Amino acid sequence: MIHLQDLKKISDYEWVIPKAYRQDMRVDVRLFATRQILEKVMDDQSLEQAANVATLPGLAGPVVVMPDMHQGYGFPIGGVAATHFPQGVISPGGIGYDICCGVRLLASQIPLQSVQDRLSELASALNQHCPSGVGTKGSVRLSEAELDRVMVDGSRWARKQGFATESDLRCTEDNGRVDGADPGRVSKRAKERGRPQLGTLGSGNHFIEVDVVDQVFYPAAAQAMGLEQGNLVVQIHSGSRGFGHQICSDYVNEFQAAVHRYGIQLPDRELVCAPLDSPEGEAYLAAMRCAANYAFTNRQILAHQARLAFEQALAGVVPNWHLVQVYDIAHNMGKIETHQIEGRPVKVCVHRKGATRAFGPGNPALPPEYQSIGQPVLVPGSMGTASWVLVGTAASMAQSYGSSCHGAGRLMSRSKAKKAVRGENLRRELEKDGIHVRAGSLSGLAEEAPAAYKDVDEVVETVSGAGIARKVARLRPVAVIKG
Amino acid sequence: MGDQPAGFKELEHTADWELLVWAPDLPALFVQAAQGMYALAVLSVGPGPRCWRSLDIQADDPEALLVIFLTELLYFEEDERLVFDRFKLQIVKPNHAERYHLSAILFGALAASPGKDIKAVTYHKLNIEQGSRGFEVRIVFDV
Repeated sequence: MIHLQDLKKISDYEWVIPKAYRQDMRVDVRLFATRQILEKVMDDQSLEQAANVATLPGLAGPVVVMPDMHQGYGFPIGGVAATHFPQGVISPGGIGYDICCGVRLLASQIPLQSVQDRLSELASALNQHCPSGVGTKGSVRLSEAELDRVMVDGSRWARKQGFATESDLRCTEDNGRVDGADPGRVSKRAKERGRPQLGTLGSGNHFIEVDVVDQVFYPAAAQAMGLEQGNLVVQIHSGSRGFGHQICSDYVNEFQAAVHRYGIQLPDRELVCAPLDSPEGEAYLAAMRCAANYAFTNRQILAHQARLAFEQALAGVVPNWHLVQVYDIAHNMGKIETHQIEGRPVKVCVHRKGATRAFGPGNPALPPEYQSIGQPVLVPGSMGTASWVLVGTAASMAQSYGSSCHGAGRLMSRSKAKKAVRGENLRRELEKDGIHVRAGSLSGLAEEAPAAYKDVDEVVETVSGAGIARKVARLRPVAVIKG
Repeated sequence: MGDQPAGFKELEHTADWELLVWAPDLPALFVQAAQGMYALAVLSVGPGPRCWRSLDIQADDPEALLVIFLTELLYFEEDERLVFDRFKLQIVKPNHAERYHLSAILFGALAASPGKDIKAVTYHKLNIEQGSRGFEVRIVFDV
């Protein structure tokens, strides 16, 4: 069990688990956290899991952990690891079952005050247009051939079907399409599960939320993103659904034998991995990219449905009810990127498990409108609390492989949350605070209660204090749709 | 572990679900794990017509066999909405064979109501231990 005295303090916002902490660690672990955050996670396995990640072969530099860290399976949530490309390894469990789960932010020119009395209708319209819940089927029916196109073309497929604009694609990580996807590497069962679920939100912590821009901290960046104080925005949090879950399960099973073939010793079987240039590694990478393209398309269709809901509820009420995409980012992904490590450019596979890409200004991967400000970083808070829009910085490129936090981070188990909070009471309290709630399950609502999460403001203060992200705007929820 | 010879118990996990399962033998451990997983996901057999399905799977070790077995049950639920409450289950490792083999007949019906989503059965710290009272395992589910 790791203790605070095992850590080396670098600053108020940065700590290190030295590789000497455990014999099997190959690199240090760099933690972005305050003392208070670290004290809160000492009871769970986050830090031991981060030390486990530091044993992976082929790591190019320290393992990084974000302040929204909490115990996961294999990697801690908030974990970032970069392995040498192509001789290092890729770990499917280090990317997670919900491959390319992420968040999309849409901005509007709708002042909250002009639609205050229509928010209930808007929440109902979003709930009606965006299918949610366990095993829900979407409104899009795909043939086998069309699913193959989704896997390869991602959001470009959605554009051809009329579900996306050029601007949506430009303002999506990787333009909503990752190269190198190969449907031949995806199992029949994954495809069976993927076909009916495109355009669905799912359950658990996935949501659609209408927020109001509450405070602006970096006016130039907010202006570039179309965020204006007092106006509504929409967040969509979803992933690759059963399609991605199946791909990850398939490869975690397959890699159990691969680690023996490559003589890899691991402290946890969920960390199974294979060299990136091995047949197993290449196959997983190609399948994972299919799931990434599926997830981008899924959020694109949900965004299209959200636009229809806004039209249904607000056309004629306000002169401009349109939603313009700010950005779409993934927070469970493996990406081949080049980063400066020990003063030289190194090509690496960055595993982000519950961490967001946060590229700084001037990065060629960013669209022209964000070149001077850096990449938008979307940090949803817990239900009923604030969310944040940040931007990546030069420091995030230097210290965290161009990564930042992805949310508030859980603090309390689901069973404890259900004992502590009654879903019906929570819904009443949220409604009393002016937040309209549409939830498929009241016990599911209780599991996601704000008390079950860390304070998102504290998480954001940490990444901001460490310099790996800069605050742009704070959002306040007015309607929440949950599966 | 409780006083019962076989059972399951939910353990605290910050983000996901963790289950402690125990039983006197390996097949019983698998059945308890299935029942525990259904309990976590709030899935039970509905009042409709009974049906059965067969299952044959292989794996290199009992832990991998357990992950695949539970994953198959989740797929039956997602694909056909089927939940099982009776299991005829056999686990063998034939002499000189390299792999463990599970064959089962599963009896059940359509789920009484939609349950909660389990994304995956993980290998995180998965280790079936054998002691004086039988077998015990902790399983973490990604939710």
